[in-house]
Amino acid sequence: MTHKHRQAPALLSYLGMENDHTEVTMAEDIKTKLENYRTAPFDARFPNQNQTKNCWSNYLDFHRCQKSLDAKGQDTMPCDWYKRVYKSLCPMSWVQKWDDQREEGTFPGKI
Amino acid sequence: MAHPSQLGFQDAASPLMEELLHFHDHALMIVILISTMVLYIIVAMVTAQLTDKLVLDSQEIEVIWTVLPAIILILIALPSLRILYLMDEINDPHLTIKALGHQWYWSYEYTDYQDLGFDSYMIPTQDLTPGQFRLLEADHRMVIPVESPIRVLISAEDVLHSWAVPSLGVKVDAVPGRLNQATFIVSRPGVFYGQCSEICGANHSFMPVVVEAVPLDHFENWSSLMIEDA
Repeated sequence: MTHKHRQAPALLSYLGMENDHTEVTMAEDIKTKLENYRTAPFDARFPNQNQTKNCWSNYLDFHRCQKSLDAKGQDTMPCDWYKRVYKSLCPMSWVQKWDDQREEGTFPGKI
Repeated sequence: MAHPSQLGFQDAASPLMEELLHFHDHALMIVILISTMVLYIIVAMVTAQLTDKLVLDSQEIEVIWTVLPAIILILIALPSLRILYLMDEINDPHLTIKALGHQWYWSYEYTDYQDLGFDSYMIPTQDLTPGQFRLLEADHRMVIPVESPIRVLISAEDVLHSWAVPSLGVKVDAVPGRLNQATFIVSRPGVFYGQCSEICGANHSFMPVVVEAVPLDHFENWSSLMIEDA
């Protein structure tokens, strides 16, 4: 389904959902995951001590997800996973700085 | 915490630190035994009255003092590697806390659910109440639930610092622009002290780390109170 291809691979494999699923079930699964959220889980893409990229990657993924789902006019609830993860991992001052940069148009990442 | 005339490590408060402590005892015992034996042999040779001028070589002893050190080294390496790999085990943290180093205090952020952040300054010596520890106490402690895997992400907002708590076996550098991860489990409730471990300016010695481990319900009460007060 087209819906599947737009999601980042990490989220799909974390949910154990590489196979075909209807959009409704996927949203329900994400909702359950969000309700049971404790803290950012182990991410095999960042197995070592340096977690800088983990924070950066989730911040970017949230804003990219939000931008693309907004453009399609769809519900951005699935993007909230990335938001919870970056909120857990990233220092508040970094998030503030990046939010300000995005507003000014000087944000260095590609969204 | 450390106490006067202390020789060994502080009492372990995490499973990893217990392992490190026991390994250190094991390695130190081997070192003491070897040193004692060598010292004895030196003294015996120096004080001996008799000499044997006809001994040229001996295959037997050469074999022994090659194989025995190899075995001893293996006996040290195996527990050492076991602990090394234990430290890298993938664990599933229940809570993520950010510890950020500033000149000259730590700030802690608990942002899994709501945005809780606070600063932790050292209590100056003149403001200590009886029973408190000089240069170790802080106004706000980093409170965590006991027996839960905790992930601490350490960074710095200005210069290099280092977040260390010896009784938990943790010392991780705080580097500006980088997030360093440490995970640990605190085995027992208590208050555990550490000090900044990377030179960071005038008050480097005066920005302690204080971790308080409490039962889960106490932790939940504390975090609700902290969010209300903010």
